[in-house]
Amino acid sequence: MDVMSQLQRQWLEHSAFLRKEGYLDDQFEQLQKLQDESSPDFVIEVVSIFFDDSEKLLSNMARALEQKVVDFKQVDAHVHQFKGSSASIGAMRVKNVCIEFRNYCEAQNLEECLRCTRKLQFEYSVLKNQLEYLFRLEQQIRAAGG
Amino acid sequence: MGMSTESQFHVLAVDDSIIDRKLIERLLKTSSYQVTTVDSGTKALEFLGLHEDDESNPETPSVSPNNHQEVEVNLIITDYCMPGMTGYDLLRKIKESSSLRDIPVVIMSSENVPSRISRCLEEGAEEFFLKPVRLSDVNRLRPHMMKTKLKDPKQENEENKEESGKPESRSQEEKEEQQQHHQQQQLHHLPQQQHSNSNKRKALEEGLSPDRTRPRYNGLTTVV
Repeated sequence: MDVMSQLQRQWLEHSAFLRKEGYLDDQFEQLQKLQDESSPDFVIEVVSIFFDDSEKLLSNMARALEQKVVDFKQVDAHVHQFKGSSASIGAMRVKNVCIEFRNYCEAQNLEECLRCTRKLQFEYSVLKNQLEYLFRLEQQIRAAGG
Repeated sequence: MGMSTESQFHVLAVDDSIIDRKLIERLLKTSSYQVTTVDSGTKALEFLGLHEDDESNPETPSVSPNNHQEVEVNLIITDYCMPGMTGYDLLRKIKESSSLRDIPVVIMSSENVPSRISRCLEEGAEEFFLKPVRLSDVNRLRPHMMKTKLKDPKQENEENKEESGKPESRSQEEKEEQQQHHQQQQLHHLPQQQHSNSNKRKALEEGLSPDRTRPRYNGLTTVV
């Protein structure tokens, strides 16, 4: 099998894996459908914005939970935003943690909220690694394809 | 069908989320619409040439004496949940304005709240889309924009029939066909194979997903 086919196969397998394991859902495919010659880097662009946005939100969440008197409405606002953005790119696992997190915000349960932050951080990191791997493969494919 | 008029349609998209702005912009551009995005209701009103105390302020530079908007906008699509002015507030302000009330407004929301939806529809929103918004949603915008252009009623009726004739549920055969397409599409998404334009276009046209269980709301439906 030549290099190109190998890379393409790896890309397909990794994509399928991400779908199967629930890291990504249908929405990610919707993003891919929107990518074409006129917007060849659309997916990477959106996901990059997502990464920046997410890191900001995670740090805001952490800071809000560190306050002497925690403003759970504020925490919830950040989580709500994160839920929205993760849903928009198809980051299903991250989105699901956000849903859980919001329940604990409403219940004003600090311990559970802190646990959710850690879980969210974890899921986000894993997703980021997975997507960066996928994008690296794409880069290699482009390079091999000329 | 007058497809050439599509490129003239200008949509104003309002959303405080930068990701969603990027998404909606791409969705609209893919459908050949001109797009302007703003991140708040206030900025939307500014763009439309409407200010809070507009009527009594003759010195506002961007508004002509007749309160005409500077740039023609054929549709406004706005997020519901925004800090400050919500999408609902924006909708109301638009419908209260003599110069803007005829512009169709569509609301988007990540939350499925029936009372919210019916309130928006009652206030005059044409459609209510659940986020994340898809191409199949954007495909529903055209008839609303067509209404604002001068055209004969007969042609308008024909177009409305075409749009509402699309079935929400898919036959088993179509589902299978889409499965096959899914396989093909995966290959075509690979960066090297950019020549797959025709398949992609077909995929776009078949953007209606077969397993769509979320409710579709438009002005024709009465929601309790």
